[in-house]
Amino acid sequence: MHILQQIFFLLILGAASFLFYKKIRAIRRNIFLGRPKTFEGDPAERWRNVVLLALGQKKMFKRITPAVLHFFVYAGFVIINIEMLEIILDGILGTHRLFAPFLGALYPVLISCFEILAATVLIACAIFLVRRNVLKLKRLVQGELNGWPKTDANLILATEIILMSLLLILNATDLQLQNLGAEHYTQTGSYLVSGLIAPLFKGMSVGSLIAVERVAWWLHIIGVLAFLNYLPYSKHLHIVLAFPNAYYAPLKPQGEMQNMPAVQNEVLYMMQPELAPPPAEGDPTAPQRFGAKDVMDLSWKSLMDAYSCTECGRCTAVCPANITGKKLSPRKIMMDTRDRLEEVGKNIDLNGSFTDDGKSLVHDYITSEELRACTTCNACVEACPVSISPLDIIVEARRYLVMEESNSPQEWNMMFGNIENNMAPWKFSPDERDKWVEELV
Amino acid sequence: MHIKSMAEYMAEGTQPEVLFWVGCAGSFDQRAQKITKAFATILDKVGVSFAILGKEEMCTGDPARRSGNEFLFQMMAYNNIQVLNGYGIKKIVTACPHCFNIFKNEYPALGGTYEVIHHTTFLQSLINDGRLVLKEGGTFKGRKITYHDSCYLGRGNGVYEAPRAVLEALDVELIEMKRCKTNGLCCGAGGAQMFKEDEPGKTRINFERSDEALETGASVIAANCPFCTTMLIDGVKNKEQEDKVQVLDIAEMVVQSLA
Repeated sequence: MHILQQIFFLLILGAASFLFYKKIRAIRRNIFLGRPKTFEGDPAERWRNVVLLALGQKKMFKRITPAVLHFFVYAGFVIINIEMLEIILDGILGTHRLFAPFLGALYPVLISCFEILAATVLIACAIFLVRRNVLKLKRLVQGELNGWPKTDANLILATEIILMSLLLILNATDLQLQNLGAEHYTQTGSYLVSGLIAPLFKGMSVGSLIAVERVAWWLHIIGVLAFLNYLPYSKHLHIVLAFPNAYYAPLKPQGEMQNMPAVQNEVLYMMQPELAPPPAEGDPTAPQRFGAKDVMDLSWKSLMDAYSCTECGRCTAVCPANITGKKLSPRKIMMDTRDRLEEVGKNIDLNGSFTDDGKSLVHDYITSEELRACTTCNACVEACPVSISPLDIIVEARRYLVMEESNSPQEWNMMFGNIENNMAPWKFSPDERDKWVEELV
Repeated sequence: MHIKSMAEYMAEGTQPEVLFWVGCAGSFDQRAQKITKAFATILDKVGVSFAILGKEEMCTGDPARRSGNEFLFQMMAYNNIQVLNGYGIKKIVTACPHCFNIFKNEYPALGGTYEVIHHTTFLQSLINDGRLVLKEGGTFKGRKITYHDSCYLGRGNGVYEAPRAVLEALDVELIEMKRCKTNGLCCGAGGAQMFKEDEPGKTRINFERSDEALETGASVIAANCPFCTTMLIDGVKNKEQEDKVQVLDIAEMVVQSLA
């Protein structure tokens, strides 16, 4: 009987790990569909960002209530994983509470700590559900979340509540079984939280207690493995990608825009033709597209940004365009980029390589109206707790609109003309540039 | 007062301490010209030897680059760098955070590397060095004043304290808006929005921001950017508060308080 359970356990553990690995590989491939990007700067400073921003969640603490609740869930998640080690080893070896004999009196203390964390995770997730569904905080109910994103968020919270409840139930029934001196149930001493729940199971026979304990144990581990496989399909993937995203966060001032060396050289060779290299023979490479029409034209960091986004909406809540009712929402920019990238990924899975599907990120997902509303104020970049830059995507898409499609509002075309002809964005004579000097007394 | 151009310094065979980059708004916009004149007056009074480029100055290309026209930006940058490097410019001060940002962060990759200082930082160092002396009990002493962080000085480059230090030297009672420093709200002009209408929405960004500034009850809204100044003035006028509330650049406040 035991050996069958062990085989079954190994099978689902193996299957879950394999499926997870496969999906993560696909996401990695999708991210590297993006253009290469060089990262300058001191690795020490990058690691500092990982510690401060990802591990320490520095930017979360700009909003104290969600920060504290999120910290409980995060700490609980990370620390309870230590107990997962015991659960997995028990499953493989067919043992029960493998660590208890080694840790002795320390064991119930540790389990009690895990239980306190589990309880805080449970409470925090319940409050999060209330914030989303009852209080309906603006950034948690805005239009771009309608449909799947909203379900996704609620599913994650509900799953975490269920998993934590299962953990507490299996411990409570275990305690009850220990009290009754059931065989195989090692005496460990009481646990803090499940000790309070245990009386609920008073009066049950050993047989039914074992049934409840076993069902809870199996549902818990199956739930954990299912949740693991749900991650890469969900916004919850941020728990993994927040770390590399913090490492690759730009170290330059936020005001600095990425240079386009191709255009820089084009202008240089026009002004100083003697510097231009001789044309390569039969030049086979078509020039790269200016800016970004589709996800493949973005840098891989922007694509990793898209997978790192957990749709919290801090960016949109501080976006001046969104606050004043414009269509632009930086969060939607990230969600659109991920949706399109997933679509491109499926296209590649199906056809071996990307086959034109007549769609693109710009126009089919993000409209020019959204792109034109941006003031490049960097509020979204500053607000993001996991170092995402919606602005990088916006400016690359604008470059595409203007340079490839000549698609810009009439007023901008006039501004371009003025800069070209009068060396100023307005139609003033360049001769009057220093006229103010004459007016000085 | 005579303001010398780089060409004049060149003809004399001397170099000024610093180049004052006026920028397009500061050169042509009637409101922003007052900021330019205020800052030039301060430099002159303090005895900083400075030059302007005069007719040789051109748009840095900021609105072109941020709206997506990289070609036009690169053209402007190429020409400006030719002029600046031709004169051997080492140090630039400017009253426009957009010019400041682009010189400091984006010209170096194109071969134009200079020490670039925003005028509020320059004013702060003049005060610290004792070169700029403010009169006791100046015009703004004890007055309620709020300060608007421009995006390209604040979030863009992390300069939050220098302008506030100048305001402190003016003895004002600084009342911060709820959205200030890293959380400051944009005036609505950046990213080339200055040169076009807002996209459709429920209000204008500059109205949203100036309403917030008016709510502080301040009699002066201090700014550090010619575009913010224009946007905030429009917002104050929209609420018909222009008789009670002034929008002033920090240089304009300093020039009124010179000892």
